[in-house]
Amino acid sequence: MALVSLTDVTKSYPSPEKGGAPIVAVDSVSLEVEAGDVYGIIGYSGAGKSTLVRLINALEPTTSGTIEVGGREITTMPERELRGIRLEIGMIFQQFNLFNSKTVRANIAYPLQVAGASKAEITARVDELLAFVGLTDKARNYPDQLSGGQKQRVGIARALATSPRLLLADEATSALDPETTQEVLELLKRVNREFGVTIVIITHEMDVIQSIATKVAVMDGGRVIESGDVFDVFSAPKNASSARFVSTVVKGIPSPAEVVVLRERHEGRIVTISFRDGDASQAAVFLDLANAGLEFELVYGGINDIQGRAFGHLTLAIRGADAAVDAVLAKIGARAEVTEVA
Amino acid sequence: MDRLFELGPEFWEAAFETLYMVALTLLFGGLAGLLLGMVLYTTRPGSLLSNKPVFTIVNVVINFFRPIPFIIFIAAVQPLSRLVIGTGIGNDALVFALSIAASFAIARIVEQNLLTVSPGVVEAARAMGAGPIRILRTVVLPEALGPLILGYTFVLVAIVDMTAVAGLIGGGGLGNFAVVYGYRQYQPLITWAAVILIIVFVQLAQFFGNWLARKVMRR
Repeated sequence: MALVSLTDVTKSYPSPEKGGAPIVAVDSVSLEVEAGDVYGIIGYSGAGKSTLVRLINALEPTTSGTIEVGGREITTMPERELRGIRLEIGMIFQQFNLFNSKTVRANIAYPLQVAGASKAEITARVDELLAFVGLTDKARNYPDQLSGGQKQRVGIARALATSPRLLLADEATSALDPETTQEVLELLKRVNREFGVTIVIITHEMDVIQSIATKVAVMDGGRVIESGDVFDVFSAPKNASSARFVSTVVKGIPSPAEVVVLRERHEGRIVTISFRDGDASQAAVFLDLANAGLEFELVYGGINDIQGRAFGHLTLAIRGADAAVDAVLAKIGARAEVTEVA
Repeated sequence: MDRLFELGPEFWEAAFETLYMVALTLLFGGLAGLLLGMVLYTTRPGSLLSNKPVFTIVNVVINFFRPIPFIIFIAAVQPLSRLVIGTGIGNDALVFALSIAASFAIARIVEQNLLTVSPGVVEAARAMGAGPIRILRTVVLPEALGPLILGYTFVLVAIVDMTAVAGLIGGGGLGNFAVVYGYRQYQPLITWAAVILIIVFVQLAQFFGNWLARKVMRR
């Protein structure tokens, strides 16, 4: 059974102007997060993803639709009961949102105090978490004495304090430089692997999805326009908006401007062949072309790796009799995706 | 100068009375103001216990009383003072009026300082399952403590200023001393002695407030 399950969820806000149409931030979204997933939700700012994540721990009430967390329907739950649910859901934020008046230790201890843990339990658990995020020597420091990456590690330790099954990450790396981003993502991967914590991560950066997520949902205008395994969405996006996101990190597909340049430089027909693991091997494709006696050259391309699975796009300029080229392309097209670009 | 030495005992008594009025006002008005300020902060639309009717009523009441000049307010509140503390004159009556007036000003200062606490930090505490009262007590107040101390220091100075009119309802203090022995008897030296002591009080209070706020904010 799914750990988080959203069915037809809509969230709208009253219009800021009197009598205006309400603003729909999340529009009939349905998605399922399985236990153990790292579920990425990607979209441009204003796509509704931050609102969506706040519906999952009921920081914002849902307008319509149902949300189940761990099999319990939370949309109709009274506030007092929701607090218990929130103890089982950790959350980290773009701006870290640490308590500046409290030390690192007190920050991490806070959710445990809310949960009513004993002093001894709190001390032991905080020590454990400090060691896990590598900040044992910073226990007595205040947040303003830490770097951005360290602050987010405190945020993660604090979110994990009550051993939640689910961690919500709201643009958790967007305020960090690329190197620190990787550090924090590695830590989140460990959280997922070592503690089995399910993670829902909101981001506008595709490389965050690429390096950590197993499933992805692409949001635009409050709707989920595409979702599925990261490999599938990356290697064969079905939607123009998803394709735009994918193109920011996937190498090998020439842009329209690049196609014009390729056309000027190379004779023959220019064709992009897309491979996914399990499809035809490149060797077989090259062999087909050689056997047909066609002259070809590799003019553009790239191979990508998503969680150990490879896919790639190779653009070739093929010269020869049209009929012969058509025949070979049909043969290759039976095993890999072939797009004639110019 | 001789006259000042003659008045020594009265002078020190007046100084003590000023401290007495300031301290009690800060205690009663400070607590009432803190409470009102917290009510304003928590009931504000979109806040922890958002409650529009309560917010509107408290807001309007404060706006109603705040602009009344203190010297008029003392007279207006005199019947209530007789009812509550049994007297409408003297230092205690002044403390009564001043506590009410100060609590409205303090409520605004508390509200403003609590509002500077990042909504993200409050949201983080909510996400951890903390309830509104706990968040107010363990997150919002501690996060705003530094600016709150500076706000109270600011009010303290204003309260010292307001105690100067105590003479109007038969109270004492340095203000009354300066008027009775200095101004009315053409003794500028006496007036200035009271002025200088008030300045010393205010400076000490400001130094202490700054020091405490710096300590809390660690900068």
